[in-house]
Amino acid sequence: MIRRLTDGLPRRALALLLLFAVVMALAPFFVSDYVLSVLIISLYFAFVGQAWNLMLGFAGQLSLGHALFVGIGAYTSAALFTHFGIDPWVGVVAAVALSTLMGCIIGYLGFRFSIRGVYFALLTIAFAEFTGIMVDNSAWLGGSAGLFLPVKNAGSIDLLNLRGPPTLFYYLILILTGGALVLCRFLLNSKLGLYWQAIRDDQEAAEAAGVPLFRYKMIAVAISSALTGVAGVWYAFYYNNLFPESTFATGRSVELILGAVVGGVGTLFGPILGALILTPLGELLTALTSGLQIDGIKTFFWGFCVVAIVLFRPSGVWPWLAGLLKLDGRAR
Amino acid sequence: MTDRNISKAAAAAGGVTRRTVVAGIGAAGMLAGTSRFSIVRAAGGPLKVGVLLPRSGVQAGIGQDCQRGVEVAGPILKELGLPELQIMNGDTESNEQTARAQAEKLIGDGAQLLVGAFDSGQSAAIAQVAEQKGIPFVINIAAAPQITEQGYKYVFRNFPTAVTILTDAFKQQKEIFKQVGSAPKSVVFLHVNDTFGSAMAGGIGKVMPKFDMPYKVADTIAYDRAARDLSVEIAKAKATGADALLVVSRLNDAILLTRELVKQRWTPEAILSMGPGWYEDQYFKTLGKLSDGPISFVPWYDPKKKLSQTLKAAMKKAYPDVNLNTNHVYTFEALLVAADAYKRAGTGDSKELTEAVRTTNITDNVSIGEGIRFDAKGQNDTVGDASIQNVGGELVVVAPEKAAVAKAVWPMPPYDKR
Amino acid sequence: MPVELYLNVAVSGLLTGLIYGLSALGLSVIFGVIRIVNFAHGEIMVMGMFATLVLFRHLGIDPLYCVPIVAAALFAFGYLLQDLVVRRIVHLPDYMQFLLMAAIAVMIVSLCLMIFGPDAQGVQVSYAYDSFQIGPLLVDKVRVYAGVAALVVSGLLFAFFRYTDTGKAIRACGDNQTGALVVGLNVRRLFALTFGIGTACLGAAGAILVLLIDVHPYLGPSYTLLAFIIVIIGGLGSLPGALLGGLLIGFSEALAGLVFQPSMKSAVSFGLLILVLLLRPQGLMGKISR
Repeated sequence: MIRRLTDGLPRRALALLLLFAVVMALAPFFVSDYVLSVLIISLYFAFVGQAWNLMLGFAGQLSLGHALFVGIGAYTSAALFTHFGIDPWVGVVAAVALSTLMGCIIGYLGFRFSIRGVYFALLTIAFAEFTGIMVDNSAWLGGSAGLFLPVKNAGSIDLLNLRGPPTLFYYLILILTGGALVLCRFLLNSKLGLYWQAIRDDQEAAEAAGVPLFRYKMIAVAISSALTGVAGVWYAFYYNNLFPESTFATGRSVELILGAVVGGVGTLFGPILGALILTPLGELLTALTSGLQIDGIKTFFWGFCVVAIVLFRPSGVWPWLAGLLKLDGRAR
Repeated sequence: MTDRNISKAAAAAGGVTRRTVVAGIGAAGMLAGTSRFSIVRAAGGPLKVGVLLPRSGVQAGIGQDCQRGVEVAGPILKELGLPELQIMNGDTESNEQTARAQAEKLIGDGAQLLVGAFDSGQSAAIAQVAEQKGIPFVINIAAAPQITEQGYKYVFRNFPTAVTILTDAFKQQKEIFKQVGSAPKSVVFLHVNDTFGSAMAGGIGKVMPKFDMPYKVADTIAYDRAARDLSVEIAKAKATGADALLVVSRLNDAILLTRELVKQRWTPEAILSMGPGWYEDQYFKTLGKLSDGPISFVPWYDPKKKLSQTLKAAMKKAYPDVNLNTNHVYTFEALLVAADAYKRAGTGDSKELTEAVRTTNITDNVSIGEGIRFDAKGQNDTVGDASIQNVGGELVVVAPEKAAVAKAVWPMPPYDKR
Repeated sequence: MPVELYLNVAVSGLLTGLIYGLSALGLSVIFGVIRIVNFAHGEIMVMGMFATLVLFRHLGIDPLYCVPIVAAALFAFGYLLQDLVVRRIVHLPDYMQFLLMAAIAVMIVSLCLMIFGPDAQGVQVSYAYDSFQIGPLLVDKVRVYAGVAALVVSGLLFAFFRYTDTGKAIRACGDNQTGALVVGLNVRRLFALTFGIGTACLGAAGAILVLLIDVHPYLGPSYTLLAFIIVIIGGLGSLPGALLGGLLIGFSEALAGLVFQPSMKSAVSFGLLILVLLLRPQGLMGKISR
């Protein structure tokens, strides 16, 4: 199993990966709380980016509504917790079930009616916005006034109810991100992964070669939405308050995928790298521009940096960096 | 790569781990040490106050307006004989995630007390950081009741919750009806469907029955927070034949609603607003003569209090074309609380400072009500609304009686005869 | 509810729909020819609105007279944007194009915030509050003017694409880019022209829209989404489709506001979008081959 995962990776890539894992695992011991909070957000984006990447990068389906799955995961677990006291470990099952179901519905409609590319993206946006409006008007879910989780036990670690300090959530999201990386590597090297790549590279040819398109695309959507649903549960318990406006909005979906696109769509390490570039970049720009006291200048430069990345690294930063570090094995 | 190689790598990693952990703990201890040291050292100097406001993003308008309250605070606090504050600004970008990260950053940079953040969601996010770090957090504006119901020990709010705003609004409406000898028989309740609007809408169901109001609610209309066009909403409201409008809105939609009222040739007997928008400067600037008439029931300054005059004068000097409003008042008062607590604590130590905030008892303040003090939950439950009416481009307090400077103009002058 | 109420709301919805349609035309032109999905659509229109505001405030030009000026200014902006930036990413996958346009949108919003501040600002024209009374109908004068202006601009655009050589050449590019290259058309220039024409539509729509809505920097995203819905419903790349989609959305949102709770009315648009995507993905007036 492990051999299969590492097969084809150059030794230095493995060593760097291990070093990276060790650094990340020890980070809470030597970084400040502020840096830790930035790392937490970065890893969250890395994890969701990885899940999203599975759908676009490996199965060729562009989703611009992934906030939907985060929202469903978050709201399901949070509602079960606040209304019935059901702990998140049980809640996550319901959350994943619901977000996967929603993913499958969208996937089914999209594939059965052969909606592709930009059209599929708009379908995902429509579903996300539609659901957001429904939650907005649902009193049981707090409506637009928001859903607040009780936070009484803050300070001590309560693993069962996921109440605790940021370090707890850091390790949780680190484990999730690492797990997603391993899972994606595993999937990509499996038969499933080969089918996905065939579909992505040339859908018609794959179909002609007898690849059951529908089934494999549905699997990609299901896994992607399930993972994103898990991210939603984490999100709900880390932030402790949910607002439909900021949870389901298209702007949020865009935020979720920026890292993966910048890092390199269709690469394993791209989403992680991208998230670790973009979020700290934002913080860096905040620090650099805070002396100017001009509101809006930070986001201006942030947009500028992203434009520059797209123009100069059009296939993402990771493929370039991997080439630079001579890490390009068969599967990056 | 073989399995043996992997175990070797793992062993190597293990070695690194042990060594780094030791180093890491040492570093962590050192960092913790320095941060504690810096707090102690800060005692005696100015108190470092981190102010978190949404100064960009969708709420930028209000965030920057709140910031004005920060800008004028310094000299006034000095005049009151309070210690100096060193303001550290943070922009939440109207986003909860950024609010949280910025709170961590400000505390990391040495902030000893936090103030913010206008919005309930962002305030709730900051509250968690403050609670973990044991740094007092004084909320300037945020009406969601849940924030002070979550059992926080370091979170204080000198702003009424939705329920208090509504209770006072209904009380004062009755006072005004008596004052003018007239009352609408039916109203349409029109509200924006955002965090604040729906908290208020939820509260109305609970609070209104207690007051035996003279009117009945003919219809409740909720509209989208990003509404581009409110013609349908007004047409619908007009068609109910109601006498008056009960509204909870924001600035942009208040302007849109007014325009539609004029265009659809309908002047209700009164517009009774229980939120922002209708009293804001931009509303006056944009609508000119058409801005007259609406009565807002909002947390406000008491024009009869001495400090209100001082703040008003300071605002006038710094921003000649901006009227003093809720945003400035409560942001200023949050800083007042900070400075006052620092003076009594005599130290920036977070425990003692928090204790000092908890025992705040300021009677010489700006806002309507008995003064600033906090209950066990960190809520100031004595703070309340005033009823203010737009009269000739000015804001006039018409209720409660204690703070009123004039009688209400009733009914509203018709829009087509201005 | 009385019939007049429905009539009034329907008329006002249709008039608003015309302006939505004009703004959506800009999106449709660009996608139909260059195949770029302009995610900075709403933000570019907001630029147009701010430009109108400046012309009105400082030179006292009525927003309706600003239409050609702002359209020309945004034409130049669009031409340069395509030629200097967007041209370089046309061959990239759609998510990269999307990222670039979204980042440009962020820059535009930030720039507007820095220059104009965060507050909503509007124009006050002398006829702002007038309305025509036709029997039981009360029609807002500004909406009528705005609707007529939107129709005129759309008519000019149709005429341009149908009767001028350049228009025909652009359509040829859109239908078959390789073929256009083969017959010796300057595709690079034509693409820049197209992008310019698309943003000029946005400028015109923005100038008209200022009459109805106060502008602030964060107005853009909701218009981007709206334009997408309209264009998909009408048929991506179809010009009459965009106008029809605009009318349909304006009309159905207005009626939905009457029948349901108004806060749900954009759910109707998204619901319509889902239905059209499933049942008629080429849109109401689109060609099947897409």
